[in-house]
Amino acid sequence: MRYGIKLRVWGNYALFTRPEMKVERVSYDVITPSAARGILEAIYWKPSIRWMIDRIHVMQPVRFENIRRNELANRVSVNQRDMDEGKTVCRYIEDDRQQRASMVLRNVEYVIEAHFKITGSDDSDPGKHLAIFERRVKKGQCFHRPYFGCREFPVNFEWCDEIPAAVFTGRQDLGFMLHDIDFANDMTPQFFRAVMQDGVIDCRQEVIS
Amino acid sequence: MNDSIQNRYEFVLLFDVKNGNPNGDPDGGNLPRIDPETGHGITTDVCLKRKVRNYVELFKENQAPYNIYIKEKAILTERRQPAYDAVEEEKNKSKKISKARVWMCKNFFDVRTFGAVMSTKENNCGQVRGPVQFAFSQSIDPVVPLEATITRMAVETKKEADAQDGDNRTMGRKTYIPYGLYRVHGFISAPLAKQTGFSENDLELFWNSLKNMFDHDRSAARGEMAARKLIVFKHDSELGNAPAHRLFQLIDVKRKDETRPARAFSDYEVTFAKDKVTAGVTPLEMF
Repeated sequence: MRYGIKLRVWGNYALFTRPEMKVERVSYDVITPSAARGILEAIYWKPSIRWMIDRIHVMQPVRFENIRRNELANRVSVNQRDMDEGKTVCRYIEDDRQQRASMVLRNVEYVIEAHFKITGSDDSDPGKHLAIFERRVKKGQCFHRPYFGCREFPVNFEWCDEIPAAVFTGRQDLGFMLHDIDFANDMTPQFFRAVMQDGVIDCRQEVIS
Repeated sequence: MNDSIQNRYEFVLLFDVKNGNPNGDPDGGNLPRIDPETGHGITTDVCLKRKVRNYVELFKENQAPYNIYIKEKAILTERRQPAYDAVEEEKNKSKKISKARVWMCKNFFDVRTFGAVMSTKENNCGQVRGPVQFAFSQSIDPVVPLEATITRMAVETKKEADAQDGDNRTMGRKTYIPYGLYRVHGFISAPLAKQTGFSENDLELFWNSLKNMFDHDRSAARGEMAARKLIVFKHDSELGNAPAHRLFQLIDVKRKDETRPARAFSDYEVTFAKDKVTAGVTPLEMF
């Protein structure tokens, strides 16, 4: 059986928000392993598997663009203030509007290399999951449309056998980057030192949380 | 929840603007949004979602289950429907939240369609992901944003009038695009529709809103905007039968005469290679 999968993904825009810049969002230079996992899960996922991102190939030069939009300032809470008798259960956007900028990426293209771990439940034939994923990708099927960081930036995807030649050469240190969120441990974010070597980021390394 | 839609959909909507500003850029002094690299016009996803919400609010008059959660200020008869009452019996906090979430989906069209983030600090109950996803729309050709200076024959204050010796004229600015044809792609996920209860009736209403939303959004800034074409790809299955990008490629919009700037929808030709649509996908030309 083949080990793991390769998926080519591309789109017009992307926004992989840096956690330290969340209000006026600024994207990381490249896709995070956590966003890549989200894309794979949008295509196929079951509780009995966990996608692990191995490598990310960056296929296009990194370019940014700034977009400012009107947004709702607050989240909706399920509490007396928002949902109390004597008040309507709705929000007036004018009362609660903010203009926020986002620094987004333009024209992105990546190849995601990944495999999955069986999480130990009974439904554990790895060949089956691999076959379903491959079938879905080749038919263009997905559970929901995958996205690059935010849902307004849809992802095109296709199966990838041969990884195209890289546009980057040499070593680029992208600094500390979010690896993923540890959901088992009270949603602890985990970081890693992202280094791009000839356009390839190896995500299989020690994480720091 | 059982009558939720059973098919995946993608759609392509073409809309145009004549002498108006479809979506101002707060960063650019409210000039029409432009992609700085290509000069093409942009409207954001949220701009179109706002219009869908407003149309549904107008059309369904805030009757449950078509209430709208995120409203613009319109004076409407406000009906009291506290979600809290509906879940009052429940004492367990996380159960209460999930019940409230179900209640919200049931009563509010926009929560059911686009989703909503409903979380509190101490108890993040996550969010509702709606089945309908919009991308940014882009104009077919680069657009030329123009500015028109306009005058007003009145002033705001006595002080201004005195300063002008009673001439009472002020200048203002309007930014607009003489003509732009925009194309937007959207996606509808059946599995997510199952989670929020987005039904066939909701879908019908959604298509109607795309068709009619510009007709109820007239203003001095907008100029003449109109929905020109809506092509929907209906997949036979929940998960879909073809890659979305291949379906979108079948629709080509081109200017008929490249030597003249476009000033009307008739200056464009829309070709749709219907015969090339993958088996298992039904193309529907809504209008």
